[in-house]
Amino acid sequence: MNPERYLSVEGLTKTFETRKGDFAALAAIDLAMRKGEFVTLIGHSGCGKTTLLNLVAGLAAPTSGTILLAGKHVDGPGPDRGVVFQNHSLLPWLTCFENVHLAVERVFDGKKSLLKKRTHEALELVGLSHAEHKYPHEISGGMKQRVGIARALAIEPKVLLLDEPFGALDALTRATLQDELMRIVAKTGATVLMVTHDVDEAVLLSDRVVMMTNGPAARIGEVLEVDLARPRERLTLAHDARFMDLRAAVLEFLYEKQAHKARLKVA
Amino acid sequence: MRALALKPEVIRIKTSPPHPAAAMLGAKADAARARMEATGYRRTPAPDWLLTGLAWLAGMAVLVAAWTLIAKLGGRIPDPLTVGAAAAKIYGDPFYSKGPNDQGIGWNVLSSLRRVGIGFGLAALVGIPLGFMIGRWRFLSGMAAPVIALLKPVSPLAWLPIGLLVFKAANPAAIYVIFVCSLWPMIVNTAVGVRQIPQDYLNVARVLQLSEWKVFTKILFPAVLPYMITGVRLSIGVAWLVIVAAEMLTGGVGIGFWVWDEWNNLKVEHILIAIITIGLVGLALEQALVLLARRFSYES
Repeated sequence: MNPERYLSVEGLTKTFETRKGDFAALAAIDLAMRKGEFVTLIGHSGCGKTTLLNLVAGLAAPTSGTILLAGKHVDGPGPDRGVVFQNHSLLPWLTCFENVHLAVERVFDGKKSLLKKRTHEALELVGLSHAEHKYPHEISGGMKQRVGIARALAIEPKVLLLDEPFGALDALTRATLQDELMRIVAKTGATVLMVTHDVDEAVLLSDRVVMMTNGPAARIGEVLEVDLARPRERLTLAHDARFMDLRAAVLEFLYEKQAHKARLKVA
Repeated sequence: MRALALKPEVIRIKTSPPHPAAAMLGAKADAARARMEATGYRRTPAPDWLLTGLAWLAGMAVLVAAWTLIAKLGGRIPDPLTVGAAAAKIYGDPFYSKGPNDQGIGWNVLSSLRRVGIGFGLAALVGIPLGFMIGRWRFLSGMAAPVIALLKPVSPLAWLPIGLLVFKAANPAAIYVIFVCSLWPMIVNTAVGVRQIPQDYLNVARVLQLSEWKVFTKILFPAVLPYMITGVRLSIGVAWLVIVAAEMLTGGVGIGFWVWDEWNNLKVEHILIAIITIGLVGLALEQALVLLARRFSYES
């Protein structure tokens, strides 16, 4: 297996059958990720970035093309990929602990005490040891999303898939969770593919930002290498010229190159 | 009053620092005083429980007054006091038994509840799994829809002759009627519950590739439970309505039969006692299920 292609997406297309005929969501996506790399997918709404993530998650089947993860063909969902959903998707009748434990006991064998220990560790990693026995409705949105991350990471997936995980949070909470995520990823060495529509978030977190063109038949428009040293400091970067340049590059792609196309489509 | 209200500061300074609770009371009193000064009279809103209690009492008073009025005008209807005295006697010895046609009100209520329990329990055993299947498989749902649509509006009592024909006895026929009337709400609500399960939860199951058993116990069942309880609540409500009528027709021991028997004996006060008793038992069933539903409802 080529280490540069730990996750490898080749010639991926997805066409949805609708009442008005076929709708081509994705056209010919090629993407490769290194192990331990953090890649974000960014694009305007409806550009198919969530579709691409769902295909990698195995929640939807591609029309054509292949996805390989660590040399293995992806043909359905599986616990080698941890998914954090847009709206946390915690089961409301289980406590935080039980939500994470559900995933842990599915993936690992072993003594009960060991499984419990893993669950505790996962919650500790996201800083929620104190809220283990609370139910989702008793904790804040940011905390719920942390539990979602803990659940996804607890199964030690080969790749962590995040679908706009912080989109529903207020700006301050979002910033805190971005910092947390950077810390967790640095600590665990996780390979992460994340969908976002937040330019700052993409540049701050990623090793590479994959910018998608507007749908239908969305493609990868440009790929931006984010060569900022880690660990990254939100406050330092706010005045960093390189950060500004990268940010401007993404903005330019989204609001000049792709906005033009979007306007044509409306007209 | 006004003069007093203007001097609270002076008084407070002289006392030792108030207890926090007292301070809160003080704040409340200040607010009340402020209102008093602004409007000239006190307007503290009454506490909720008091208002609810008053409304409750007023409602009951209107009911009793209307009843008394009708009793005074009609002649044949006994007034509340007569009925109260008769009730005291009947409830004084609820569990006597002098043969199959003369038993205490306690036995009558229990026999009716037993029929409802058995009929309803059987309906739950059949209806809940059926509801799950109908909710899960579209074809089955398509099959069930016209059948349910056709049979649901039928009065459960219309099934009684069929029950008598098949079972050749009154008691199983009454249970069977309860079964039929409890079945539909149970099936329909369970099926709706299954269809309402958020796709997100099912995606969690898919991503983790949970076993069918885990999917059922950790996701499907808890997600559908509140809907099921609604089905149970509706079923029990209907069943309790229907049992009275069914027992009037089948006879035997039961609150419905008792009503009919007392009509034959022309003991109108006993009929009124039966009506109130049926109401109270129905209310208790409903409240018990509301509590159950609250226990099993979840906020996401």
